Amino acid sequence: MAAVFDPIIAKPAPARRSNAWRWARRHLFGNPASTLTTLALLALAVWLLPQALSWAFTHAVWRADEPACQAARGSGACWGAVTEKHRLIVLGRYPFEAQWRPIAATLLLFALLMVSCVRACWHWWLLPAWIAGLAVFFVLMGGGVFGLARVRTDQWGGLPLTVMLATFSIALAFPISIAVALGRRSRLPAISSLCVIYVELIRGVPLISVLFMASFMFPLLLPPGTSPDVLLRVLVGITLFAAAYMAEIVRAGLQSVPRGQIEAAAAVGLSPWQTQRLVVLPQALAAVVPSLMNNFISIFKDTSLITIVSLYELTGSLGLALNGDPLWRPYKIEGYLFISIIYFGICFAMSRYSLWVEAQLARGNRR
Amino acid sequence: MSTDDSAIRFDKVNKWYGRTFHVLRDIDLAVKRGERIVICGPSGSGKSTLIRCINGLEAYQEGRLTVDGITIGVEGEEDDLAMRRVRHGVGMVFQQFNLFPHLSVLQNLTLAPTHVGREPKRQAEERALAQLERVQIADQAHKYPLQLSGGQQQRVAIARALCLQPKIMLFDEPTSALDPEMIREVLDVMIDLAGQGITMVCVTHEMGFARSVADRVIFMDQGQIVEENTPDAFFNAPKSERTKAFLEKILAH
Amino acid sequence: MSSPPSPGSVVGSPARKPPPRRRAWTWRNPNLRGWVYQALALLVLAGLIGWLARNTHVNMAARGIQSGWDFLLQTAGFDIGERPISFESVDPYWRAFLVGLLNTLRVAVVGIVLSTLIGIALGVSRFSHNALLRGLSYGYVETFRNVPILVQLLLWYVLLLEGLPEATEPLTLPGGWFLSKAGLAFPWWRNGAEGWQWSLPVPEGFAFEGGLTLSPEYLAVLFGLVFYTAAFIAEVVRGGIAAVPRGQVEAAQSIGLSGAQTTRLVILPQALRVIVPPLTNQYLNLTKNSSLAVAIGYPDVVSIANTTLNQTGRAVECIAIVMAVYLTTSLATSALMNAWNRRVAIKER
Repeated sequence: MAAVFDPIIAKPAPARRSNAWRWARRHLFGNPASTLTTLALLALAVWLLPQALSWAFTHAVWRADEPACQAARGSGACWGAVTEKHRLIVLGRYPFEAQWRPIAATLLLFALLMVSCVRACWHWWLLPAWIAGLAVFFVLMGGGVFGLARVRTDQWGGLPLTVMLATFSIALAFPISIAVALGRRSRLPAISSLCVIYVELIRGVPLISVLFMASFMFPLLLPPGTSPDVLLRVLVGITLFAAAYMAEIVRAGLQSVPRGQIEAAAAVGLSPWQTQRLVVLPQALAAVVPSLMNNFISIFKDTSLITIVSLYELTGSLGLALNGDPLWRPYKIEGYLFISIIYFGICFAMSRYSLWVEAQLARGNRR
Repeated sequence: MSTDDSAIRFDKVNKWYGRTFHVLRDIDLAVKRGERIVICGPSGSGKSTLIRCINGLEAYQEGRLTVDGITIGVEGEEDDLAMRRVRHGVGMVFQQFNLFPHLSVLQNLTLAPTHVGREPKRQAEERALAQLERVQIADQAHKYPLQLSGGQQQRVAIARALCLQPKIMLFDEPTSALDPEMIREVLDVMIDLAGQGITMVCVTHEMGFARSVADRVIFMDQGQIVEENTPDAFFNAPKSERTKAFLEKILAH
Repeated sequence: MSSPPSPGSVVGSPARKPPPRRRAWTWRNPNLRGWVYQALALLVLAGLIGWLARNTHVNMAARGIQSGWDFLLQTAGFDIGERPISFESVDPYWRAFLVGLLNTLRVAVVGIVLSTLIGIALGVSRFSHNALLRGLSYGYVETFRNVPILVQLLLWYVLLLEGLPEATEPLTLPGGWFLSKAGLAFPWWRNGAEGWQWSLPVPEGFAFEGGLTLSPEYLAVLFGLVFYTAAFIAEVVRGGIAAVPRGQVEAAQSIGLSGAQTTRLVILPQALRVIVPPLTNQYLNLTKNSSLAVAIGYPDVVSIANTTLNQTGRAVECIAIVMAVYLTTSLATSALMNAWNRRVAIKER
């Protein structure tokens, strides 16, 4: 054996010859079953796709031309209904001339949300920015000051209403859910029982019943003479609903923090409240970010349910737009596809963001 | 009250887990200020429970425990203001380090001084850096715990405990969770500390450390103190049969 | 320094029982503070409930709304389109609620079965060798997960109403099945004059006599729930399979098991442990989502409650009934699934 160690210089790996044909051989025709599946799926695609594309694009009517739509019925989509009604669908019954206001308000909310999503922007000025932004949002939507015409809350509708309800209920439900999760883990039996009852009761019933409760029962529960806004009632209902689900997620996070952390915090002299605030909660929340994001997406989708209690967010305003107009009423499918695309776009973006956040957190945990 | 100058005093302390497991039995122990104690024994002997009683992480049911002149009450009679005063004077190093992973090394050290001691941040940071120097890890101040090796994390944990300027330091098997090549660096820090006059109570299996540093070695088995002596006497002439059996097992390899 | 026990002694202090617990009643005792906080919280809560009850009482008196459960015995006065048991408009409200409950269960149970089958197929497809299958499964899940269930239900309803042929010219399927705007009619048992008989559907005007007809509303709710929930179940199944450690697959391969055997004997049993709790959740979600049938006109229990509420004004009672129904079904489903969970759990020390 040589007494002197002769190091070998690292070389680059040999080039791999791969092309589309090899990839297809492996991934589409790898074994007999796979080949059969590929052929069956391709046959299905050849049968269905041309029909779908022809209906959706080739023979579709894009202009708001009702006779043309009628003529193309069955063979081509009537996107003209969307062209004609899209403002009503997306913005609800908001007064036509003032529709720049909800558009601006929604864009402002989106901007605030996107800024909050970027880690680089997590500074102290985010909170005042949010408060200022929300004030501007309400001024734009409600009006009554600065020369803007007053618009009642029952005229707010469409996408701005969806985004507003989702944002507010999530923002309000979050602190409530942390309190309930901590309460559920408390040693005091009265407090933990209350929290358990609240969470299990709300999680056992559908959102629609909570909304009915908010709609029909809240006016009875409040002192005679007060008549809370419908929007406010629904917001409270959705917030309470969301808080129960989020509380379970936060509780899972709290359970995942090792006991040693609490002992170490106690050993350096932190009080129980300080321990929760400075040591346990940051770790617990970081652990459940993916579940929380999933929950946020669910809440966003759940806002569509307020249609059933006669508030016209995106789904409801579609019904309003098409049902109210006998000319365009038959083209509901196109309308639903239109709002489906809007919902899909927003929810898909949110789920992509959630995956990105997960990846970021995973990176921080590795050496 | 008494003119007792012991840093820690156990008086017939008894502790049970539940109603049946008698984990500490009639513990009588007095630790003088500046004394260095090593506690050893088989697993389940109650040694960790013993030192966790000193800073109140475990409560006892019978007897009397006094730490730094403050009496720690029996379970059910806790006084948490007194407890927090005790913990300010007692630092603890855990087997699993228990550093706060979401805070940087420096923030780990300044958390308690700024929130409990209400020190201004600048001052706390200066003192923290000084402690990190002491354990020779100041260059990692801005890293996060999970980016450090086990030995480095444990040294940070020691620095974190020292930041409170405690009079008593407790070590609960500080090197048991470390890879063998990292045990040395942590033991060096502990030996250094021992030379500076701080009262130390250490649960460990590192007999070399016990021999070189301890003033007294205590052997515990089944919840009792079986034997205590100076290291020389303990290792060379153990009195009890059980001590002998234990030493044979632990020093064999 | 205390004197050590005598050398060689085995027993220093024998084990004995702990002393009775003591309590110190000073403010610094965290236990005492805990009790005081709880008492305060309960007091506040009692006060709140009392205030709400008083408001409710005053408001209901002012609006002339009566309370009480006696309305359940009154005549309903409305018809229910679909009824698994007989129901006439002269029947009492409680029978209407029973019909609603049966309708809810009808769609929930079938929905759970179908969505589980489709969901498992989709979830397993994500691990297929075939890239097309993997991509399709991924595309399906993303599409159906990101659109609200209400929109999907409404879309299915509109598609069925427009796409299905008229009842006078139904689509005839083999086996005596008919698909049309009147729904899906197929042979089934019927309780006729001579007891239970296997009867075939016969077209009669705009409906079918004999057999069993599933209305377009039922089909819309069923399809909407099944395809939506299948996407979520697919994710649950995928997560369960992915949670099985790679080492298990390696061990299985090293003892010579084939791919299919590995999946069947090693992966799926272990994946089941991870799958059952979130699967339970999805079943509960499907049951709760069936409440959206009220938007389509399928007479489930929420729809019946809504009609009753509008007719009688007994908001509190009707909503309470709905919540009780769903709580009970949730508890029953959870209990069933927990029992199964215990059976598939891996035995530990």
